[in-house]
Amino acid sequence: MPPLRLNSIKELKLMANTLRCDVIRMLAAAGSGHTAGPLGLADIFSVLYFHEMHYDPSNPSDPMRDRLVLSNGHCAPILYAAMARAGFFRVEETLSLRKLGSPFQGHPSRHWLPVETSSGPLGEGLAIACGIALAGRLDSAGFRVYCITSDGEHQEGATWEAVMFAAKYGLDNLVAICDRNYIQIDGNTEQVMPLGDLAEKYRAFGWNAISINGHDYQQIISALAKAKQTKGKPTMIVAYTTPGKGVSFAQNKHEWHGKAPKAEEARQALEELAAERKIIEAEL
Amino acid sequence: MNFVQEMHLKDIFGPLASAATREAFGDAVAKIGELDQNVVALSADVAGSVQLSKFASKFPNRFFNVGVAEQNLASVAAGLGYSGKTVFIGAFAAFCPGRNWEQIRTTICYGEANVKIEGSHAGLDVGEDGATHQMLEDLALMRCLPNMTVICPCDYNEAYKAVFAAWKTPGPFYIRCTRGKLPIFTSEETPFELGKLNLLCDGSDLAIVATGNMVFPSLVASSILEKEGISVAVANMHTISHPDAAALEKLARHCGAIVTVEDHQVKGGLGSAVCEALSCSYPVPVIRHGVQMSFGESGPGQQVLSKHGLDAEGIAKVARQHANKR
Repeated sequence: MPPLRLNSIKELKLMANTLRCDVIRMLAAAGSGHTAGPLGLADIFSVLYFHEMHYDPSNPSDPMRDRLVLSNGHCAPILYAAMARAGFFRVEETLSLRKLGSPFQGHPSRHWLPVETSSGPLGEGLAIACGIALAGRLDSAGFRVYCITSDGEHQEGATWEAVMFAAKYGLDNLVAICDRNYIQIDGNTEQVMPLGDLAEKYRAFGWNAISINGHDYQQIISALAKAKQTKGKPTMIVAYTTPGKGVSFAQNKHEWHGKAPKAEEARQALEELAAERKIIEAEL
Repeated sequence: MNFVQEMHLKDIFGPLASAATREAFGDAVAKIGELDQNVVALSADVAGSVQLSKFASKFPNRFFNVGVAEQNLASVAAGLGYSGKTVFIGAFAAFCPGRNWEQIRTTICYGEANVKIEGSHAGLDVGEDGATHQMLEDLALMRCLPNMTVICPCDYNEAYKAVFAAWKTPGPFYIRCTRGKLPIFTSEETPFELGKLNLLCDGSDLAIVATGNMVFPSLVASSILEKEGISVAVANMHTISHPDAAALEKLARHCGAIVTVEDHQVKGGLGSAVCEALSCSYPVPVIRHGVQMSFGESGPGQQVLSKHGLDAEGIAKVARQHANKR
């Protein structure tokens, strides 16, 4: 079964809107979880799953599939939403998020679902993605590896071990995307532990690095295309995003990093997203 | 001494060749590399020390050096494992698993990756490098992890077999290796079965259950005590993660008391594993002989071990105190 392809930016925007609604419903049903990150990543996930990546939802272990490694595992709801809309499972199933016995664990688990990695402990995903990319090269498999990282997890030293490794082995089948939203649990990243210009840091480590607006579809698509053309080195796309994007009360609020909307808040969020949808639909 | 014939031991009183178990790890992985194209290996700037350089020189395209980065070592290995590779990684036990325990837990054990870990230079045996590098807590760290099989081989031949068993058995393995050379007293015919206790010599007054580099001195201790009229059984527990409960119970019933011997802290390692197993079947006094919750120090490995009573004389002394306690 070929992946669902959306070929216009309008369709991709509508999909992101759908994913945001799915995330809100999932989190409200769960009663706990992370809201800001998944909402901020919705546009990138829309492009990755419905424009960029190759996969077969009827054969999740297809050896030729592109791999998505969600290093910041707390953003699980956006991964579940995108995979559900892509056909890996039914959307309604994801409403069991965080419930006992549900395969939709609070942080993704490859024991429970056909996700690439079990993640959550920060600073690990990029290293695992390196291992997967290396295996792809050893097997001359043409797949690409997309690793989603948070800005906060760049405070983990282990992240930089993986950055060096990917550069040493010239893993050009690896694209990392950093969700640069400037929030972490205790506040603003630059106050908790300054990260500065991540793109410059990656360049200094031997990577191709591109900074983009993580909500601008042209920029997302063009950065992924540039990554594909870059040979001999991995690419980091630093995506500047708005945490909580699309939901006014959560937008740019670090307090919404690690909590879920209550019923009334969810209702308001879904109303706002419905209004946004009408605006997108009215676009040419 | 009442040696168990099926164990096919060499003459422990005769001249014996010696080798470090890390050498066996390196030789076995290099051999497996010939047999299995799907095997890859990684090290963290200590390929020569942990002997994976043997694999690296034969299969340079399947060997990766991550530099001084044990956390990355574990996680990259997991990614390779998820992609269908059988992965051997090796570094100093003080840092692998000492430094990268969480990566081993999450990416290798929870992630169910087919990764075989060599923790080399373990124990006081490492000697001159001193306390920072004398890893005495690795068995405890690895033994508590779901999905992990932990092996502590007693000599070159057993280590070689352990690596082959790990290769043939899907799932995470931790194999503890020594820097120092150990007498090679088992033979190619000595049985090696995962999770099986190897009774090496029989006895009736006490049983010693030893692991790794402590198995050979335990046999010598038994011979010392035999001359004093004390009959001491010696068993080799190579699989720390999966105690052979039935065999331990049999030993407990037969001997009435057990002394465990390990080059490791007395909390959390072999001794604890034996206590856990016997406490739910046939509790008898278990005296845990090992490092008594302290750090080591520099000196020749044998001398450091002796200072902690971890040589034949020291083991005999403890065994003497506890024989015929029932």
